[in-house]
Amino acid sequence: MMPEPPAVVSVKGLLKSYDEVEAVRGVEFDVRAGETFGFLGPNGAGKSTTINMLCTLVRPSGGSALVAGHDIVDERDEVRRNIGLVFQDTTLDGYLSAEQNLRLHAELYGVPREAVGERMRQVMEMVGLWERRASLVNTFSGGMKRRLEIARGLLHSPRVLFLDEPTVGLDPQTRSSIWGYIRELKEREEITIFLTTHYMDEAEYCDRIAIIDQGRIIVLDTPESLKAKVGKDRVQIQTDDDEAAIAALRERFGIEATVAEGTVTFGVPAGEQFVPRLFAELGQQIRSVSVARPSLDDVFMSYTGTTIRDAESSQIDTRRNFARMMSR
Amino acid sequence: MTATDTAATTLQPPPPPPVRRDSAHEIARVRVPTRSLRSELRAIKVVWKRELIRFSRDRLRILTSLMQPFLFLFVLGTGLSRLASAGTHGVNLRTFVYPGVLCMAVMFTAMFSAASLVWDREFGFLREMMVAPVRRSSLVLGKCLGGATVAGFQGVIVLCLAGLVGVPYATSLIVEIFLLQLLLAFAITAFGVMVAARITQMQSFMALMQMAIMPMYFLSGALFPVAGLPQWLSILNRLDPLTYAVDPMRRIVFAHLKISAAARHALDPGVTWWSWHVPGLVEAAVVALLGSLMLGIAIVEFSRAE
Repeated sequence: MMPEPPAVVSVKGLLKSYDEVEAVRGVEFDVRAGETFGFLGPNGAGKSTTINMLCTLVRPSGGSALVAGHDIVDERDEVRRNIGLVFQDTTLDGYLSAEQNLRLHAELYGVPREAVGERMRQVMEMVGLWERRASLVNTFSGGMKRRLEIARGLLHSPRVLFLDEPTVGLDPQTRSSIWGYIRELKEREEITIFLTTHYMDEAEYCDRIAIIDQGRIIVLDTPESLKAKVGKDRVQIQTDDDEAAIAALRERFGIEATVAEGTVTFGVPAGEQFVPRLFAELGQQIRSVSVARPSLDDVFMSYTGTTIRDAESSQIDTRRNFARMMSR
Repeated sequence: MTATDTAATTLQPPPPPPVRRDSAHEIARVRVPTRSLRSELRAIKVVWKRELIRFSRDRLRILTSLMQPFLFLFVLGTGLSRLASAGTHGVNLRTFVYPGVLCMAVMFTAMFSAASLVWDREFGFLREMMVAPVRRSSLVLGKCLGGATVAGFQGVIVLCLAGLVGVPYATSLIVEIFLLQLLLAFAITAFGVMVAARITQMQSFMALMQMAIMPMYFLSGALFPVAGLPQWLSILNRLDPLTYAVDPMRRIVFAHLKISAAARHALDPGVTWWSWHVPGLVEAAVVALLGSLMLGIAIVEFSRAE
């Protein structure tokens, strides 16, 4: 058996509350050297707050964490020197060229002068921007900017690269090319990647995933075993009377189903074999049916009882209610 | 990965491509040293340099910030001189307002330099600087030095116009004026950075700066002699920090003019505190002190920000 690699990020009971709102309620996890670790959850689940605490940008209200062996509160500079950051929003200077942005970063991080040129070329070639190094960043597309930020985050050879929603706001094609660069990066550099995402399909690229909801980690495992734990195929049906269908499912098959967006969803061990029985015995009009292998969506669903999209919209509702309350 | 590599090399000679890649990897992998004075100086320098690069890119800004000094010097100065020639003892009004215009030239550029911090926050770049493993004081200092430098450059352009308003190009005059301009530009940038630490919206920032700068300019005596004023104006004038930048500049300029004693007395009376004639060096010290104080506040504000 392979010995477990040491933890590069070690988090114990991390808390953050803003006034009355508890954004992060005591999360605990380890990220091992060399792994790609994903934080998956709806917007507002506490992903960004956690990442900001680990990057020393936000002071935790409680708990502790070590990043690259340094405490995130007491050794902020040491932590900063060992991490690379790519934020949700761009932090490039659009009025400087790509190369000038990277040089500036190298100077701020104290990269030895003699190494800057070579390293800069390497990271820019990796993201395919070496030819464009003299162009002003303002002339770049969103995807190019993100790539340049990844290159910049790597410039000082950090031990951990933090990517906060690295592909948010990009078109699907650019998203997959960004993932191509991240995978290539894993092959070339000894680096640990910590990322947050609310795209289920992106979480599949991670070695391990922590599902976070309402400031708590609900489950932490590899994507495969998370899906295996769900074990069931997902069946979705559309009926004329959802309530009656759910009641019928419970009575006749002993299955608990949920309804969301006009679709009744439930899990069964062998979905395809179940469909004929369903039509024969449900006693309700079925307008459409689909069967799918378990996805991370189902994992999320099975642990939180809601889809990630619903979790996001209900949070917006909560915020709206809160705003309404405050404006009274 | 390394384990399999070594196993492979014992069995057969290593193929060239992986070796090249490994060595490239080693060269390029950089180690960031721990924080030292040197790394802080590098940070200050690079923030300063960024200010210069951005200024040199923005030709329009160079032109627009010269607009106001030109208007005051040539339009207002020429126009009003028709009214005022009796009271200036034969000295051209343009010559009289020249020291004030020298101040104005650096003020607006310095203010815009500080304003870029608000943009930096809005466009996210500020975050890149704030997460860097350097002291916030280095960032603020670099910013203020950068603002002072570009404003100083703007000042030099107006300094070059001295001949047009009858001020001789004496070396001592140029050097002393330039140093004062740098000092003033530094203080104004520090003031702007201090404000920018709290004000996060461009509109509010510009409105606030205008509200501070315009009264400061009008009260400073840039456009009138500071002796024999009504008491209320006299008090406000002495309280205005800009007074202590305008006055020494006027003294330097007037020291190089060949004019009657009466004209000198009327136009360059100098600032007094309870009838004590404040020396130019003390005035410069007032500006330096206030500048450092605001720099200090700016550093504290930015160090506190997360």
